[in-house]
Amino acid sequence: MNKENAVELRNVEMHFNMNKERLDSLKEYFLKFMHRQLMFEDFVALDNITFDIKKGDVFGIVGLNGCGKSTTLKIISGILDPTKGTVETDGVIAPLIELGAGFDMDLTARENIYLNGSVLGFSKKFIDEKFDEIVDFSEMREFLDVPMKNYSSGMIARIAFAIATVTTPDILIVDEILAVGDFLFQQKCEQRINAMMEGNTTVIIVSHSIDQIERLCKHCMWLEKGKIKMIGETAEVCNAYKNSAQ
Amino acid sequence: MATAKLKGINKFIYDFKRYLPLLQNLVGRDFKVKYRRSFLGVAWSVLNPLFTMLVLTSVFKVLLKLQIENFATFYIIGSTLWNFFAESTSGSMSSVVSAAPLIKKVYIPKYMFPLEKCLFSLVNFLFSMIAAVAVMLIQGVYPTWTMLLFPLPVIYVFIFSCGLSLVLSALTVYFRDVVHLYGVLLTLWTYLTPILYDDKFLTGHKLIETVVHLNPMYYYVTYFRNVMMYNTLPTLNDNLICLCIALGTLIIGALVFNKAQKKFILHI
Repeated sequence: MNKENAVELRNVEMHFNMNKERLDSLKEYFLKFMHRQLMFEDFVALDNITFDIKKGDVFGIVGLNGCGKSTTLKIISGILDPTKGTVETDGVIAPLIELGAGFDMDLTARENIYLNGSVLGFSKKFIDEKFDEIVDFSEMREFLDVPMKNYSSGMIARIAFAIATVTTPDILIVDEILAVGDFLFQQKCEQRINAMMEGNTTVIIVSHSIDQIERLCKHCMWLEKGKIKMIGETAEVCNAYKNSAQ
Repeated sequence: MATAKLKGINKFIYDFKRYLPLLQNLVGRDFKVKYRRSFLGVAWSVLNPLFTMLVLTSVFKVLLKLQIENFATFYIIGSTLWNFFAESTSGSMSSVVSAAPLIKKVYIPKYMFPLEKCLFSLVNFLFSMIAAVAVMLIQGVYPTWTMLLFPLPVIYVFIFSCGLSLVLSALTVYFRDVVHLYGVLLTLWTYLTPILYDDKFLTGHKLIETVVHLNPMYYYVTYFRNVMMYNTLPTLNDNLICLCIALGTLIIGALVFNKAQKKFILHI
């Protein structure tokens, strides 16, 4: 792996078996197998993807729904294993793919901060130290001991964002999450991400808001039906992408 | 720290250390959720085996006229260990499937989920042992030196349960029927384990005796009773049998789980 790169993808392919129907039961599987009716439709979500992301870069991925953006992010963050090809990353990854993964709605916010923190791989000591910072950022101190099921979705998102961004990761992955919370909180989130970018964090952003991509990213990749259509400077790629829509 | 550069066993150790607090938190969460809004809370872990013991001993004493000395102690020691095993394996089974929201969003070593259920059952088991010891003292079965070996059979059963849980939880991802199938199997397994009867009861039933002796839990329950109430020191041979079954199951479990886990996300 090249020392200057934070992420390297080489000939990555991702296939999904699209069963016409999902076979969850043994009987169904057995019957279909006996009748030789096990039909799998191979769906290629990503096809021969090769690219690098340099350290400290802010990298945007654009494309229409279903073109493989989220699949790419999941492969980079290690949630999905590619069918073929290799993925190498250098550094601690903070995936903001969906906020609040691992919240238990029956527990209070205080308990959930510890639970979610450990889901992200933080130690208890670390969360102890950062606890106040998390609570202050989310502005949820008065509701700390209320079970999360009584929270509104915006309040949940505040807590989740505050936990996820309490560290300065080497690689930050952002998938359409800035659309949560009221506008004041959105500004606060964007400021925090900006602050991280000024540090040495590599940021990967997926967004349908071209404005946001143009404002934030240095480099950009355009995916179409699982293939790289274009990759390069943001302005070039975004212009081509916008023109294609017309 | 370059996480992705670590390979094989080093990555395993790094990941395990990093997610150890998660394990603690998940066990803690299970406890809180289990006893939430119950007035007696964790005391139920002690009371439950006690009440079950009372019901079963009265039924079996009266109806079947079993000739086992200190039957209440005999039963509660066997059944607590059995319940530990049954609870860990059946609890683990759906652990991966029900952790779907997590697995789909963040990277977590997936074996954490079955392992967590086994740990949770272990904690429960330790509480239940309070009931077992109470019954022993009431029946006049007093502590002996062999009781100090108490952790050994518990560790064996824990390893054995973990191994089996890994297989079961991986299978459940692909076929949800396994849950129902194992439920039935577990009932059969209960009766093939000497919880309500002892070796003497089996003499004369050659076939059943053979089957029972093929059952790993037979060795663990016998071992556990020997050290807890019969003041009998297990032989080296006993230990070897117990350890080999446990480690063998764990290795098979780890191999199956490791092979299956790459495709979990496509099926949950």
